[in-house]
Amino acid sequence: MSEKKKLRVATTSLAGCFGCHMSFLDIDERLFPLLDLIEFDRSPLTDIKHCGPCDIGIVEGGICNAENVHVLREFRKSCKILIAVGACAINGGLPAQRNHLDLGSCLTEVYLTEPGLAHGGIPNDPELPLPLDKVHPLHEVVKVDYFIPGCPPSGDAIWKFLTELLAGKTPELGHGLIKYD
Amino acid sequence: MSHTFQLDGANIGFEPGQTVMQAALAAGHYIPHLCYHPEFKPHGSCKLCTVKVNGRTLASCTMPAEAGLEVESNTDELNALRRTLVQMLFAEGNHFCPSCEKSGNCVLQALGYDLEVHSTGFRHQYPDRPVDASHPEVLLDFNRCILCELCVHASAEVDGKHVFALAGRGIEKHLIVNAESGQLADTHFSVNDKAMAVCPVGVILRKEVGFSQPIGMRRYDARPISAQALEDAPRVPAGDSHE
Repeated sequence: MSEKKKLRVATTSLAGCFGCHMSFLDIDERLFPLLDLIEFDRSPLTDIKHCGPCDIGIVEGGICNAENVHVLREFRKSCKILIAVGACAINGGLPAQRNHLDLGSCLTEVYLTEPGLAHGGIPNDPELPLPLDKVHPLHEVVKVDYFIPGCPPSGDAIWKFLTELLAGKTPELGHGLIKYD
Repeated sequence: MSHTFQLDGANIGFEPGQTVMQAALAAGHYIPHLCYHPEFKPHGSCKLCTVKVNGRTLASCTMPAEAGLEVESNTDELNALRRTLVQMLFAEGNHFCPSCEKSGNCVLQALGYDLEVHSTGFRHQYPDRPVDASHPEVLLDFNRCILCELCVHASAEVDGKHVFALAGRGIEKHLIVNAESGQLADTHFSVNDKAMAVCPVGVILRKEVGFSQPIGMRRYDARPISAQALEDAPRVPAGDSHE
């Protein structure tokens, strides 16, 4: 009997807070049956740094800097199915609340003029990824196949979505599991 | 008994003068809607309640009920259209539910849930719309305005104050406050106004009571808007139903 090939899944957090990853871990002991079906590639859970060829990519967080764009493109290139998870990935979320402000004046206020800070200057280490002028949801940068809304979506919502997708169905969340807050 | 029309194959009785929407809700059949409010003259602008009547697409909140109409509402085609309308409303404003006091009680959000809208789909416009916090008891957050005009009508027709109006055209259209300064504090607006109660989204908010209802206890936590709207609808008196 040949064992059924496991689907390879990569996950990452871009301009997010890792809350969606925490929520993913909230599926608790259901991780074990899930691991009968999938194995992890690049993910904070494995510490693999770059994506190999994957079946599913799960991305939390929006796009706020040049590195986010780079990682997202790597995910899109490597993953057959890309899933945006959480408010930030879907509509920019909390980081996008700066979108109606000028980036230069944001940085000036935070690092130079706000009282009580050291006023050490705007960080300019060449290793730091450059912030983008505006924060973007994922679908404005690459094609996204599925979206799981919520801030964060509950573990139950993520579980239902993934298991339906793995079963070959079009996932639906339904009342109680679909939420934007 | 001749006062009936067909909605998705069901017989719906109606009183002369009722719209398709009024008759459907009274008979216990939900048609998704956003700018329609049972206490106000229908506005027909949000188009969420679009149905097909004898093959033509029409707003069911303004369409007078007529005997023999064949109305389609709960179809894949119309629900896909409604989903797109909800997505466009989300993309056009700044609807960041996690920080909104109206979350859980918001009609736009509840419609998104009921229609399984998982993403905005479009490019977000992130408009710059400063809030008006001038009034001591009320906050106006224009970021969430969907231009339904319910506050405009409530303030003019019920409160008799004409506090709100819509100005501009097309994508420039926006809610304004009727005062020289443009500030709510310089009007006679009060927390007891009908306009305060009708806002379906999180624009007109009472200060100092935000997030008072815990998650799980909010209006659309227990049941979807499709069930809640039927409970809220004015009903046909018992024995008077044509069903």
